[in-house]
Amino acid sequence: MISALLPDFVPIWTAILAVGIFLYVVLDGFDLGVGILFRFAPDLQSRNLLMNSIAPVWDGNETWLILGGVGLLVAFPLAFAIIIPAVYFPILVMLLALCFRGVAFEFRSRDVAHRGFWDHGFFLGSVIATFVQGIVLGAFIQGFKVEGRVFAGGSFDCFTPFSLMTGIALVFGYGLLGAGWLVMKTSGALQKSIRVQGVWCLCGVCACIAAVSLWSPLLDLDIALRWLSWPNSLVLAPIPVLTLCVALLTGRALRNGSEAGPFVGAIFLFLLSYGGIAVSLWPMIVPHHYTVWEAASSPKTQAFLLVGTAFLLPTVLLYTAWSYWVFRGKVRGDIGYH
Amino acid sequence: MHLDPVFLSRVQFVWVIALHILLPAFTVGLASFIACVEGMSFFTGRTVYARISQFWIRIFSVAFGMGVVSGIVMPFQFGTNWSRFSDATANVIAPLLAYEGLTAFFLEATFLGVLLFGRRLVPRWVHFMAAVAVALGTLSSSFWILAANSWMQTPAGYALIGGRFFPTNWWAVIFNPSFPYRLAHTVTAFYISTGFVVLGIGAWMVRARRFPEEGRIIMSATLWLLLVLVPLQIGLGDLHGLNTLRYQPTKLAALEGRYDSAAPAPLTLFGIPDDARGVMRDEIAIPRLGSLLLTHSWNGRIRGLNDWPVDRRPPVGPPFYAFRIMVGAGLLMLALVVVGNLMRRRDAFVTSEAFLRACECAGPLGFVAVLAGWTTTEVGRQPWTVFGLLRTSESVTPSLTGPDVLLSLLGYVAVYAVIFPGGFLVMRRIVRAGPQSQAIDEPGQGRRAMLPIARAPELTP
Ligand code: HDD
Ligand code: HEM
Ligand code: HEM
Repeated sequence: MISALLPDFVPIWTAILAVGIFLYVVLDGFDLGVGILFRFAPDLQSRNLLMNSIAPVWDGNETWLILGGVGLLVAFPLAFAIIIPAVYFPILVMLLALCFRGVAFEFRSRDVAHRGFWDHGFFLGSVIATFVQGIVLGAFIQGFKVEGRVFAGGSFDCFTPFSLMTGIALVFGYGLLGAGWLVMKTSGALQKSIRVQGVWCLCGVCACIAAVSLWSPLLDLDIALRWLSWPNSLVLAPIPVLTLCVALLTGRALRNGSEAGPFVGAIFLFLLSYGGIAVSLWPMIVPHHYTVWEAASSPKTQAFLLVGTAFLLPTVLLYTAWSYWVFRGKVRGDIGYH
Repeated sequence: MHLDPVFLSRVQFVWVIALHILLPAFTVGLASFIACVEGMSFFTGRTVYARISQFWIRIFSVAFGMGVVSGIVMPFQFGTNWSRFSDATANVIAPLLAYEGLTAFFLEATFLGVLLFGRRLVPRWVHFMAAVAVALGTLSSSFWILAANSWMQTPAGYALIGGRFFPTNWWAVIFNPSFPYRLAHTVTAFYISTGFVVLGIGAWMVRARRFPEEGRIIMSATLWLLLVLVPLQIGLGDLHGLNTLRYQPTKLAALEGRYDSAAPAPLTLFGIPDDARGVMRDEIAIPRLGSLLLTHSWNGRIRGLNDWPVDRRPPVGPPFYAFRIMVGAGLLMLALVVVGNLMRRRDAFVTSEAFLRACECAGPLGFVAVLAGWTTTEVGRQPWTVFGLLRTSESVTPSLTGPDVLLSLLGYVAVYAVIFPGGFLVMRRIVRAGPQSQAIDEPGQGRRAMLPIARAPELTP
């Protein structure tokens, strides 16, 4: 309106946000996944090891959550103003769970008297945060009740059988990512047990992907039409086929001693599921109500932020990669938080 | 009982932000302090600096962890409870928050990992640069978030179309009229807050005869620093007040406790505000001083709240009392710092039991002043979230019911009531253990948290 001359930045911002959220899912996903598997570590020493494998990076990983939230606010404020209130309680629970999880790193090593408490906080915080993120995802796929520019439903509408199932799905999914990460970071008996846990998670993930794929078309006519009408089904057929192949390969990698294979496989599984959801919903950002264009912020806002982002985001990626490189290799048991 | 979602959302916001700001108030200053000490250690090679730095890094990492978890809560508050506000203002202030994330949060988080765990993995100059990066990150964070907050106080550079704000001039949005003052006054407040904590801990080290050498260095340096910063802060506060008089006269009237316009106006030292009747009861005032301070003339006129319609006035009580607490804290700080520097002669500042105790007690004074100052600022802005343009009651999420917000508020109260005392105890324990005396760059016995991951290919547990 004020700046009709500016080009359409919406596709760019959609892409940036999509990449940002995906990076969050992978990075904090393996991080939360380590928390989920933490409960199954056999002894204190391996628990310390698990913790130390993510100690230098968890904070940076969680920062992508902020970028996801603020990115939604800045690029699609209307979507932010509708979706976040609609998932009021899942967000609340997620934030509170992340509190416990975040402080556990420092507290458990410095407050040895209450280590058990903080260990439980770390595990439960990770599981609960993951589960409610899954609920948010499920609620988002289902869509919200909207009137005008505001969410018009109740604060508990987001809890449905479908969203509970996506919650469980994400717990398995992050668990798989965590297992993939830990296979790279550990060795010996501990690594072996993690491989087994990884296989369990993979089975859970596959079951859940199958369930979501069958359930969401039943739930929603638009999604059914998108996937099942001709020629879409032909064009989109690679997604389920590839998913199946990647799942099989990941299972192989978990069992045949491959070091990086499970993690890479898990990432691809997430990428494919993510793509599947994007295909189902595009171009809606508030399903059934608003497209990315209708929910977008003003071109002037998007332009102003794009100028900085164009060079800040690559810089962030560079130094993030550098810090992973500094901390590369296996975790050692003898040094670190004890 | 009727549960009002607007009121409860306000209580919730105050609870989460007041606890959040305590940590930046500490970590912004501490990060710069650590960067300085790391620099001294790098350039002089003296191990006492490395020891001091390592001690504060341990405390910093706990405070920072808590700052992060309580900070992640904050942007989501805008969506969960203030979604109408978000929809109305996002075009203008959301980019400021996004720039905060891109320039500050990633920088801090990533380099903190290197600062904490990388001492033996990276060259020494890189470790020093990591300390500098963390410090710059915290300052950048303050810059952007205060730009956003200041825009809400003194909006500029926007067009209001259909109830929503659109940017017209970014420079004016960021450098809005109150921003330079708020930035200077708040960042100085953060340095001062850290300074008093550091001074208090230094005094304890000396008094308990645990680490007298480190304690003395810490106290001496901090007393010099505060001798500069505290008077500066009082001067900045005065300028800030003049700016408020110009752009937010209702807030200024509230913090002065001025209901009726007056020329010349007295300075009210104390009294009991009565909003319902619009008068100050049991007032103790100094004639003409109000005019002198605020208009810098004997007869300057100051407008009182009764000049504005009732629905455009803030409540007087909280800003009025909070302002007096802040100024009182500032004057107390000034006295302590001046006395401390006078006691440098014959080392009285480290030998006088009374002075050391006073320094310990003054440790939290900065936090008191910061919270009081923000209460003045934010309650004084009421009944608006964007001053004069968007009402607080029209900012709240419409779908929320009273019980919804009560439940979430209880959640935040319960969890913070575990996390914050926990963090406090952990930090106290680190202070008690003191700067440890092991050499810094040798693989340590009994050292902690140095290096979780090594390059050695494999060492099976
Ligand atoms: C160490 C902390 C500290 C100290 C000693 C002082 N202040 Fe302050 N003050 C703050 C920390 C602070 C703050 C927390 O940082 C605030 C809240 C928002 C802001 O801009 O700064 C603040 C706000 C604030 C405001 C409100 C401005 C507005 O919102 O429009 C005024 C008028 C003053 N201050 C004035 C003073 C004066 C005259 C002081 C003299 C003693 C003083 N402050 C000491
Ligand atoms: C960290 C220091 C801050 C403190 C201690 C603080 C404190 C407060 C207080 C006491 C109120 C309530 C006023 C009332 O209910 O009468 C309030 C309101 C509010 N503040 Fe701040 N604030 C701070 C910084 C910020 C910043 C940086 C922002 C935004 C960028 C912000 C946004 C808001 C909003 C949206 C409200 C409206 C909700 C309400 O009226 O309760 N605040 N804040
Ligand atoms: C509503 C307002 C606020 C929001 C949305 C917010 C958001 C956040 C977030 C998300 C973090 C975690 C960053 C990380 O992961 O590293 C954080 C930390 C931080 N915030 Fe806030 N914050 C607010 C108020 C403030 C205020 C008023 C200040 C200072 C004036 C401030 C300064 C900082 C600083 C310096 C840090 C990093 C240091 C630390 O974590 O202790 N914030 N904030």
